[in-house]
Amino acid sequence: MRPAKAEVSQAGTSQVRHEWRQELTLADLPELERLLGDRPPRQQSTADKILTLWIAKDQLLAAMQLLKTQSGPFNFLFDLYGVDERLRQDRQLLPAQDFTLVYHLLSLERNQDLRLKVALEESELHMPSLCAIWPSANWYEREAWDLYGIVFDNHPNLRRILLPPTFKGHPLRKEFPCRATENAPFALDEQRQSDEQAALKFDPRDWGMTAEKADHDYLYLNLGPNHPSVHGVFRIALQLDGEHIVQAVPDIGFHHRGAEKIAERQTWHGFIPYTDRIDYLGGVMNNFPYVLAIEQLAGIRVSARVECIRVMLAECFRILSHMLFFGTFAQDVGQLSPIFYLFIDREKLFAIIEAITGARMHPSWFRIGGLAQDLPNGWHTQMQEFVDYFPKRLDEYQVMVMNNSILKRRTKGIGQYSTAQALEWNISGAGLRATGLSWDLRKQRPYSGYDNYQFEVPTAEGGDAYDRCQVRVEEMRQSIKIIQQCITHMPAGDYKADHPLTTPPDTRRSKQDIETLIQHFLNVSWGPVLPKGESCFAVEATKGINAYTLISDGSNSSYRTRIRTPSFPHLQMIPVLAKGLMVADLIAILASIDFVMADVDR
Amino acid sequence: MTSLSQFIPPLVILVLLLLAAAWSTWLERRILGLWQDRLGPNRVGPFGLLQVVADMIKIFTKEDWIPPFADKVVFVLAPMILMISMLLGFAIIPFAPDIQIASFDNALLFVLALSSISVYSVMLAGFSSNSKYALLGALRTAAQMLSYEVFMGLALMGIVVLSGSFSLNEIVAAQEEQWFILSQPLGFVLFLIAGVAESHRAPFDLPEAETEIVAGFHTEYASMKFGMFFIGEYLGVIFVSAFISTLYLGGWQGPWLPPLAWFILKTSLFVLLFILLRAALPRPRYDQLMRFGWSVLLPLALVNLLLSALWQLSVGH
Repeated sequence: MRPAKAEVSQAGTSQVRHEWRQELTLADLPELERLLGDRPPRQQSTADKILTLWIAKDQLLAAMQLLKTQSGPFNFLFDLYGVDERLRQDRQLLPAQDFTLVYHLLSLERNQDLRLKVALEESELHMPSLCAIWPSANWYEREAWDLYGIVFDNHPNLRRILLPPTFKGHPLRKEFPCRATENAPFALDEQRQSDEQAALKFDPRDWGMTAEKADHDYLYLNLGPNHPSVHGVFRIALQLDGEHIVQAVPDIGFHHRGAEKIAERQTWHGFIPYTDRIDYLGGVMNNFPYVLAIEQLAGIRVSARVECIRVMLAECFRILSHMLFFGTFAQDVGQLSPIFYLFIDREKLFAIIEAITGARMHPSWFRIGGLAQDLPNGWHTQMQEFVDYFPKRLDEYQVMVMNNSILKRRTKGIGQYSTAQALEWNISGAGLRATGLSWDLRKQRPYSGYDNYQFEVPTAEGGDAYDRCQVRVEEMRQSIKIIQQCITHMPAGDYKADHPLTTPPDTRRSKQDIETLIQHFLNVSWGPVLPKGESCFAVEATKGINAYTLISDGSNSSYRTRIRTPSFPHLQMIPVLAKGLMVADLIAILASIDFVMADVDR
Repeated sequence: MTSLSQFIPPLVILVLLLLAAAWSTWLERRILGLWQDRLGPNRVGPFGLLQVVADMIKIFTKEDWIPPFADKVVFVLAPMILMISMLLGFAIIPFAPDIQIASFDNALLFVLALSSISVYSVMLAGFSSNSKYALLGALRTAAQMLSYEVFMGLALMGIVVLSGSFSLNEIVAAQEEQWFILSQPLGFVLFLIAGVAESHRAPFDLPEAETEIVAGFHTEYASMKFGMFFIGEYLGVIFVSAFISTLYLGGWQGPWLPPLAWFILKTSLFVLLFILLRAALPRPRYDQLMRFGWSVLLPLALVNLLLSALWQLSVGH
């Protein structure tokens, strides 16, 4: 049922690379093997087939330095997170340890992943900091300290990042209560109030702001957490010389909801609605990596129809998110009207999403092994109308916004970075492609049947704010192209996999024999129990690469859910981009990054 | 001795102007709504016309808050200066042949003087607020408005050369055969740009750029003091529109319709243009705006003045 395949194989697949399907082994990394020499790493097998090596604490910095600079370098610090292993049942493959630090690297050249793990004892929670090798490790290490209490030696600024400075405890540790009701009721006595207020006092030195010229007076401006252009609750402390930015220091965490902690007590299915709200403009795009990671873990295969519907809806949400980005981008540069036009267009698409899923922004519609429902009758007429309508509107916006000379002058050459810088700072998505590197997971590692579609990966050359916007505008056109192919070639089939973990047994059979009835009952009351193992899945989400790493301990909920969001590292680059520019430029840069704070703070 | 009846026409004009300014807030919101594919205020009264009344009730009953950290006297004075200077400007506008409050020979200079005074209002508001965003707004205002005043004055000189007078009545009379927009197209464009900048409306709304510096100079203002800035801005828009109509479009002159109708028509046209600009254009950066002014507008204004003078010397007499 995929007639498109023949034509695609000529044009599309030449760009598709398949290295990632081949498993990386230690033998492929002779230099690393030599370096680790006398203490060879223990290998762990994972469901995602990523080479996972346990190395000793003192080997880490040398190994990282080597991996970053060797030929076929692992030059993208994809993720860095901790795991509290103290309650882990499934220990046969793991070394004796209390905590684990996971360093997930990516090699764009090889198109392969590598995971290094370091075991830590509870009495000795110290790690050498990676910041000297990778500047983007800074926030990740702060996060690991904040949530697990792991101390990073020689870290330039090891302070809380997601939680307020006055917070007590490290919430992702297993002993930390998950529910507010397990804590004593909140009380704000006088002592606490004065402590909290003292913590709010602004001292430029705390933020690493120093006077470059001793006889110079600077203006310290607090931009946010509530400011018209920071897109949510995001604070930037600015050190200004006139209107020129000497230093810009982002402060995040105002939108932290502890999604990773919540995941540890929700059932596998029960966490799906939470994922919708991680990148709250991404809708089902957030369900995507989560269900794919679970399906990879449990070995569930879905039908071609499910894959196609998922792709179609994910692309709808890519368009929806990019539309809002486009409108707010113009608005932040001072153009009032486009946002209204784009909201009207979003409304049209939301009506279709609502007709299909029953909800608008957060449908939570993907399920493990399928979808909540099949497509409703007549879906393709509505979808086709939108596909015919929207490209014409995009042409108008191109003239109105992108061709406007004032807007060009405001955004060209502003917030510019090179591909090398982007990789250094862990930038993915349109922000990376705007520097000229065509790196899109839909092409590099086609998931959910993306290799069956014909579409381009738009890139730009300049890597500035204007290019980031232009790339997203082109991406909307490509998404329309993909949706058109979904409409034309929607395969027939079931909307859920025939797998005991995902679909209840046939009613006729469960009324006949008790074993099937028990199976049905347990699956409904407990939720599915997934096999033990680790699984990471990354997708090209609306704002960059979004990945879910799930550690299952053979229970009906996750032992550890790590959500790698693209916006988190993107914001970390703001100080580099804004230095020396003006306040108005900072606003243009913020607009061009396209972040939502829920995606940053989780 | 002045009789009481002499005060009546100015009072009528004053009240009508304030009403017009208040209703132009409604007009702007409706028109913007139309152009942005949305409704705009349409709940209070027919077509939302009474929205202004509702807004007024709201703004009068809000707490009249003065921030404790502000310089109180200046803080209160600043919005008044704006209102007074804007309203005074209308005194010299010839609405129709017999409707004008004051007529004197140096009316043009009077207007330029008033617009300089109105800059003080915005600057003082920003400085006295003692708040960082307001300060940034005031800094932008000081630079932007003082420089655009230069080009504004220079652009006008072309007209002065052609009509040989600073008096608005004589300028209107000089346009009986041909409007100055035809003989002074460059001057018209320059003056229009400078006029938008002077009334700090989009795309020259840098002193209050809400996406950058929250609300700029009036960040700390609330209640009726904010209302005065708000109405003052619309008074400025109407004034600049009326002034351009007088200078370049022949003022109240025109066939068939009564003079006042022509005047209102021409003025409304420019008010709509102001709103259209706001709907259409992004905002340039502060330094780009200044560079545009000094390196483009200033030379052009000088060239315009030079050409007008040459024309007057060679052909005019």
